[in-house]
Amino acid sequence: MQPTRIVITGVGLTSPNGNTLEEYRKNLLDGVARIQMIDMRYMGSAGATGQVPAGVCDFDPKKHQTRKELRVGTRAGSIAIYAAREAIANSGIDFENYDKSRIGVYVGTTEHGNVETENEVYNISKFEYDTKFWTHHHNPRTVANNPAGEITINMGITGPHYTIGAACAAGNAGLIQALQMLRLGEVDLALAGGVSESIQSFGIFAGFKSQGALGSHPTDPNKVSRPFDKSRNGIVVSEGGCIYTLERLEDAQARGADILAEIIGYRINSDASDYVLPNPERQAECMRQALDVAGIKASEVDIVNTHATSTPMGDIQEIKAIREVFGDCPTTYVNNTKSYIGHCMGAAGALELAGNLPSFHDNIIHPTINVDELDPECAMTNLVINEPLKVDAVKVILNNSFGMLGINSALILQKFED
Amino acid sequence: MTEDQVQQIVIDIINEIAPDEDTTGLKADINLRDQMDLDSMDFLDIVMELRKQHGIEVPEEDYPKLASLASCGEYLTPKFNAK
Repeated sequence: MQPTRIVITGVGLTSPNGNTLEEYRKNLLDGVARIQMIDMRYMGSAGATGQVPAGVCDFDPKKHQTRKELRVGTRAGSIAIYAAREAIANSGIDFENYDKSRIGVYVGTTEHGNVETENEVYNISKFEYDTKFWTHHHNPRTVANNPAGEITINMGITGPHYTIGAACAAGNAGLIQALQMLRLGEVDLALAGGVSESIQSFGIFAGFKSQGALGSHPTDPNKVSRPFDKSRNGIVVSEGGCIYTLERLEDAQARGADILAEIIGYRINSDASDYVLPNPERQAECMRQALDVAGIKASEVDIVNTHATSTPMGDIQEIKAIREVFGDCPTTYVNNTKSYIGHCMGAAGALELAGNLPSFHDNIIHPTINVDELDPECAMTNLVINEPLKVDAVKVILNNSFGMLGINSALILQKFED
Repeated sequence: MTEDQVQQIVIDIINEIAPDEDTTGLKADINLRDQMDLDSMDFLDIVMELRKQHGIEVPEEDYPKLASLASCGEYLTPKFNAK
């Protein structure tokens, strides 16, 4: 029996280089990265405030939230609300009259609560660590379902909501969860994707620094994230969010929706080998299994959007995995989006996918930028570097997202053709 | 410190914690919750800001005394003056 077909009918996003899909896509085709140096508590010498490169979103949070909501809620919640509201608007759904109990909210996050906890510890440090100055907002801000829950409160959605903690594979995992819930008939409409507020946590930066994985560049923040470049030296932490509306095909068609893509294959697997180091064998297996689910051959994939984060080891490992699966595929092209926006953590999978969706219509593959000297160990025949590539047709995209503890995800989307 | 001054301190705190509310023209004798959209969490915020900004403690059993601006002035002024 053919599984129920699930389609994407709307997208809302905020990325460091765009607050709409149109703006974001234009910047990806024009080679416009947007990373800046920001002040970060304790990241200077001897505990002083220092500067770190980061991707910062400049959407207007007051577009969809009151000032009080912004004060009480979290940045992750705010990003999630903005992206969810924009997705609903983009979908053309008659939201006012939609049965809110039939909507599910599935938001991927890499982590949640670090920002709020660090802020409160800092706050009570000003009061000799007396916990009577600890905010009563702490628990609702730090419960793991916070970003998804804030969406439901803001939008009056009464169906299920939760976050999916899947490290940096979380954006894809949110979409996969939504697909499964739609197939199970648990909901009729899903708001799903991923968010990140991680740039407000010094711990994330300090952790990557201690790991030797925090990227830097001597002069230009926009050059820090440079996957596959020989001189790459680590990650740029970014915030961002991307939420999609997903529906069963028959429902989408019944309301005359504009269908952006169909999800035809997916897979999540586990390395079972290391807390941090990637495992190309399992990554390749993940992609192959996603292809099996989709029922297509590797050669039918037009774009592989890599997860590569600009770390010396990770990029090589992923290319190794891709070569193994797509080595004999002359029309499969490989690109990367983090070179523009850094690593949007929980949002990465969903946001990077969004940057590639317009390829179904313009048949242009956005390049990975900042490759001044290609690392021979990352070289691949069809790596799209520095300049966009126009091809005859883009019909299938495979989106990779991998995360710590060895979680791998691959999502396959197909151009919708009735 | 006068009760009027203490009332103004409370209004300043409300402006911080409920920035969407219009606090001009608040009637001192009418409950704050009847005049604007404040919930129990907001009152906890008022208590916290009194503690943080002014070193004033309001024990839980006295929370009802923060109901209106007038009762805030009456209850809090001695605390401010005792500092």
